[in-house]
Amino acid sequence: MKSLKALQHALSDSQYQLDVLEHSEGQKAFFDALKEIGLYPLQPAAFEIFQVNVGKMCNQTCKHCHVDAGPDRKEIMSRDTMSECLGILRDHPEFETVDLTGGAPEMNPNFRWFVEEIKKLDRKIIVRCNLTIIVANKKYHDLPDFFKSNQVEVVSSLPFYSKSRTDRQRGDGVFEDSIQALQMLNAVGYGTENSGLLLNLVYNPSGAFLPADQSQLEQDFKSALFKDFGVMFNHLFTITNMPISRYLEFLLVSGNYEHYMQKLISAFNPAAAKNVMCRNTLSIGWDGFIYDCDFNQMLDLKVESPVVHIRNFNKEALIHRNIVIGQHCFGCTAGSGSSCGGATV
Amino acid sequence: MSQHYYFNEDLAKFGNIGDFQKPLADKFFSWYGEVFKDGALSAKEKSLIALAVAHAVQCPYCIDAYSADAFEKGFDEAQMMEAVHVAAAIRGGASLVHGVQMMNKVNEISM
Ligand code: SF4
Ligand code: SF4
Repeated sequence: MKSLKALQHALSDSQYQLDVLEHSEGQKAFFDALKEIGLYPLQPAAFEIFQVNVGKMCNQTCKHCHVDAGPDRKEIMSRDTMSECLGILRDHPEFETVDLTGGAPEMNPNFRWFVEEIKKLDRKIIVRCNLTIIVANKKYHDLPDFFKSNQVEVVSSLPFYSKSRTDRQRGDGVFEDSIQALQMLNAVGYGTENSGLLLNLVYNPSGAFLPADQSQLEQDFKSALFKDFGVMFNHLFTITNMPISRYLEFLLVSGNYEHYMQKLISAFNPAAAKNVMCRNTLSIGWDGFIYDCDFNQMLDLKVESPVVHIRNFNKEALIHRNIVIGQHCFGCTAGSGSSCGGATV
Repeated sequence: MSQHYYFNEDLAKFGNIGDFQKPLADKFFSWYGEVFKDGALSAKEKSLIALAVAHAVQCPYCIDAYSADAFEKGFDEAQMMEAVHVAAAIRGGASLVHGVQMMNKVNEISM
């Protein structure tokens, strides 16, 4: 499977995606939903998480990917841009957590150097590892050890504990490779009791529906993965699929778009709206531009601030900005809420 | 009069039954909501029971609603189809067990 960009698909254009999202007739507007609960304009509450998207290159091409990542994507963060990120982190200890994402972040040739430099700054590091990268090539087989020596928290997508549902969403063979990678992570201590090495899984629905209750699914995943494969992990985060990029394409082609949006809108939860992740996170793109979140990044909606690039980073200007919102934001506020760390309420 | 029975969009209008008899509808919906909460059985288990019953009573609205709900709650296709087989087996068995009544009757009227 190719990325939308490689296929020169209309939806690879972020403006086209916004046109689809913002001009759907009869839909309640997200800003109206925020106004009704006194949360408009939406503003940051604090800076805690510095999320860096180190590139769109990936060994997989999952059907729901909001990054439109894949082996054909060449955009990756340079070492210079990483150095600029490190400078910001050095000056701003309030960013307690650095969340590294991609694509497959490990495919960036400067990834390991970047992790080690962040570690020197004594921050909590999260790597969003797609699991299969660990077994994709010999040069990645030692990733579990590398993660361990840097005390990295590993967060990995696994759509389901059965092969058919996982492979349909992420590609043939992904389930078996993911299980093998999980076993390799367990072998060095990840996900096991008292090791202090956190391995969290991410579940996102394999279709046009919302995630089920996080704690119930966590129990199901834990017992099924342990029984069938001896695999252990710490927590399961449920994430709602955002109606952008390849998932938006699926919704449109399958005729589920209107229904899904309506589902998100009617499940709007004020408590989830208060806890959206853009209120404590900044998201940095591979080229150093600053966004409210990874989703706005993929829609090319830069922060509404005089500062839009890390080279002129200014915390004061950024903390007082209004967060750029749109219809896709209903994805973060439906039901129990959705963020990079799972349900928010 | 409509020319067909059963329309997809009617499922979403289910709540409107209160337009004609609100107190009874309110009672039904609050009871229904209570039935499907976590209790001695989990909401997830109840979803699969509902899916099976939907097939037994052959309600297309319930089949749509609980196919989506059970899948969403984390059942996979094989589990859902097994639930349908359970419903079918009970339906089949329920017909067949009446065969005993038929046999009884035949025996009763036979010389
Ligand atoms: S969802 Fe993750 S693993 Fe899948 S293509 Fe996108 S970035 Fe790669
Ligand atoms: S999509 Fe981004 S900007 Fe919108 S609510 Fe979610 S995190 Fe915030």
